[in-house]
Amino acid sequence: MLTVENIKKTYEGQPLLKDVSFTINRDETVCLLGPSGSGKSTLLRIIAGLEEPEVGKVFWNGEDLSMIPAHMRRFGLMFQDYALFPHRNVAENIAFGLRMQNVPKPEIQQRVADALETIKMKDFADRKVTELSGGEQQRVALARALAPEPHLLMLDEPLGALDRTLREQLSRELRRILRKTRMPAIYVTHDQEEAYAIADRLLLLHNGIILQSGKPHEFHHHPRNVWVAKFFGLGNLINGEVISSSPLTVETGIGVILANCDHDAPGIGKKVTLLFRPNQAYDDQSSCTNHITGEISDQVFQGETYRISLIINRDIPIFNIVLAEPHKIGEQLTIGYHAEDVLCLENGIESA
Amino acid sequence: MSERYQHWIKSPTVRAVLYWLIPALFLGYFFYQPLLALFKLLISPEWGFNFSTLDLNKAWQTLWFTTAQAALSTLLTMLIGLPGAWLFARFSFKGKKALKILTTLPFILPTVVVAAGFNALLGPHGWVNLGLMTLLKLESPPIHFLNTFGAILIAHVFYNTTIIIRVVSNAWSQQNIRIQQAAQVLGANPWRAFKEITLPLLRPSILAGTLLVFLFNFTSFGVVLMLGGPQFATLEVEIYIQALHLLNLPLAGVLSIIQLVCTLLITIAHGHLTGQQKLIISPRSQAVSVRKPRKGFEKFIVVLLIITLFSLLIAPLASLALRSIVKLEAERGERGEIQRGLTLKYYRELGINRRGSLFYVPPLTAVGNSFIFALITIVIALILGVLVAYALLQQTPINKYLDPLLMLPLGASAITLGLGFIIVFNRPPISEINFPILVPIAHSLIALPFVVRTLSPALKGIPTTIRNAARSLGASPMRVWMEIDLPLLSAAIIVSIIFALTISLGEFGASTFLTKPSYPTLPVAIYRYISQPGALNYGQALAMSTLLMLVCAGGIFVIEHIRTSNRDRL
Repeated sequence: MLTVENIKKTYEGQPLLKDVSFTINRDETVCLLGPSGSGKSTLLRIIAGLEEPEVGKVFWNGEDLSMIPAHMRRFGLMFQDYALFPHRNVAENIAFGLRMQNVPKPEIQQRVADALETIKMKDFADRKVTELSGGEQQRVALARALAPEPHLLMLDEPLGALDRTLREQLSRELRRILRKTRMPAIYVTHDQEEAYAIADRLLLLHNGIILQSGKPHEFHHHPRNVWVAKFFGLGNLINGEVISSSPLTVETGIGVILANCDHDAPGIGKKVTLLFRPNQAYDDQSSCTNHITGEISDQVFQGETYRISLIINRDIPIFNIVLAEPHKIGEQLTIGYHAEDVLCLENGIESA
Repeated sequence: MSERYQHWIKSPTVRAVLYWLIPALFLGYFFYQPLLALFKLLISPEWGFNFSTLDLNKAWQTLWFTTAQAALSTLLTMLIGLPGAWLFARFSFKGKKALKILTTLPFILPTVVVAAGFNALLGPHGWVNLGLMTLLKLESPPIHFLNTFGAILIAHVFYNTTIIIRVVSNAWSQQNIRIQQAAQVLGANPWRAFKEITLPLLRPSILAGTLLVFLFNFTSFGVVLMLGGPQFATLEVEIYIQALHLLNLPLAGVLSIIQLVCTLLITIAHGHLTGQQKLIISPRSQAVSVRKPRKGFEKFIVVLLIITLFSLLIAPLASLALRSIVKLEAERGERGEIQRGLTLKYYRELGINRRGSLFYVPPLTAVGNSFIFALITIVIALILGVLVAYALLQQTPINKYLDPLLMLPLGASAITLGLGFIIVFNRPPISEINFPILVPIAHSLIALPFVVRTLSPALKGIPTTIRNAARSLGASPMRVWMEIDLPLLSAAIIVSIIFALTISLGEFGASTFLTKPSYPTLPVAIYRYISQPGALNYGQALAMSTLLMLVCAGGIFVIEHIRTSNRDRL
């Protein structure tokens, strides 16, 4: 079990990691999610022992790793650019970690063969790594990290450099391999769909702290604050001010809205942001408490539904909704939202 | 203009041939003709050439000494250069920028300046000896530095350490630090990661750097002549002595050919290695690979290295500049108490003909000559360089064959060139009287590879789409050249001009062959003055060396500035 406690790290005078703490359990694949520049890779390098934190500690099964150098931690790290050894062939790359552990030669051969089998590259043993395609390099890098059977596997945006189709295919494969080896893993990405596909649990790193942690669906249903909702692209965000806390009523630029809150309802006069999810809009507004009217500016067919853009008034950004039936561009449309579907997020909540 | 003509001119091969025409004629007449004449010398009976009468023993001895001193100098250079490369590639420290600029100096400093610098530091009239004499009340200089083997070695280390640092630290810092980290994470301790990953990946660049340094040491002329004295002669020095002092042209010819074969072999090996290197370089990473040194042993080593490099690079140059403005010794004819202190006398004396002799040329004339030669060199080298750069831009197979022919002057030594010039041109139509014009021509040949290596990448870097855009907007080919090519090339042209200027100003080997007593260049005058007795002559030599150093240093700073500001723009 990995425990990271109060990690602090400054980069070029700016605090990069302010106070990062989390735990990774056995058999768990955790996705570390965050915008680029949020310090995800630095955090991995600190855990691997390649960089030292200014404050804070890393524990493995309760043991403090501060004095253990990188090469003795037995943590695997797969780099974003793979960092394959260009002067060694595929098999030699995979065998490297095993040689460092002084594994006997016959066993190394067997384990390299197994690793090649796992990544479905049996015939590539003697190939130069510089001649491999991006996807093949990625798989060799993965096999190299897995072969010495590390206690913990860390993957730093392993699919970042690949094109869309290859990413989807390889992320399925990665999931299969991670499930099979049952190795605890930290997977760094800035792509939420990749995170959903791989992770048992998500950690969202922002402004130097873990902003939110939980299962993928929890982020969707209960974003911790406005920033999380924006990062996940959950829907339309409208600013307003609370005028009554029971029932929670908010005055906004699109009218007075009845909303719902995850925590205690904020007091009267508080500035809040309301989240309207596009797919929770109702064409038939009769049963809904909230009504929103706007002019349809755009309509896109997307398979089974239509994405419709509404102009409500000049002060509000375009309001996007998803409806089953098409409408006419230029038409005035009134839609409905149930009070329990409008999520009220308090402004200014940063830390968990 | 007929259609057929237009079609013909559009063929890249035809264009390349047209661009190559003038440079090829120039190279053919002024480089390959003298070279062939040297070969002819070996087989022609008219020179009285005869193997049996030739002192082949002398040739073998010289070859042996040349190789031995080059190998030893190279080894010493590696001992400082490799840790230096590590320092530059992996650490950030205060003064790194200053040290980096300092390391560019030896690339461009003329050998006479460096020799004068070491003379001013460790020579009989240098700081260390005069200091020790005053301190210990000695009658004669206690340290014998001039005319020793050690002097040659130290000057070579000064010159070449920075080559190793540049070549190796470049490859080292381009090496993806994550590759090394990957090894660490896979369980390799730092030493093992270095041995198994870093070192094998650096090997080609270390070998290439070593060969380059060996080549420069092998062809060393000015340093050996000025610091080694009469008992040490490399092939270059021996060719010079045999040809100019002993008038033994056949032996000089044989030595030249031995020299040419050796340098050619080294150059080919070097080219082979650098060609290989390109294959192995892995994609560059954005990861920051430099860091501050950690406390303890690492910090100690880093500080020691910084001090060593700073003193190696600064000590001779600073002593030179200081010694040229300080009076420490009696002049000839001066008796009694000597006036010690700061003086600008050596600089003032540069323009005065104190001996009143008709054949005596005041130093300032040499300065003037040098600048005129430099100007002509710039014009020739730039015109030829631009033509060649455009020729190389054309996509045609003939470039593959012509490019190496252009670069051969880089491998052939200046002494060989000078000797060839004498053999070929020391008769009508270019008689002895016309020798001055041969000096800038020789300088142009030496500068041309540098100019082409600067201009060609810059020209290739201009995207064709930009030119096409200008053309589609209505610009004629001439306008395209004026408004697109020229402004985008301006930085490279300035760098080329500075290269040609400093090469011409500092060139010593070919100039000693080609300058007549009445038209000395600056390095030739320095060499003459520094070997003459008297504090005034010594002071004047150092003053001229200091001037030359300042011009060259100024040039390299401008080049560095252009390079860094270009990088910022991109």
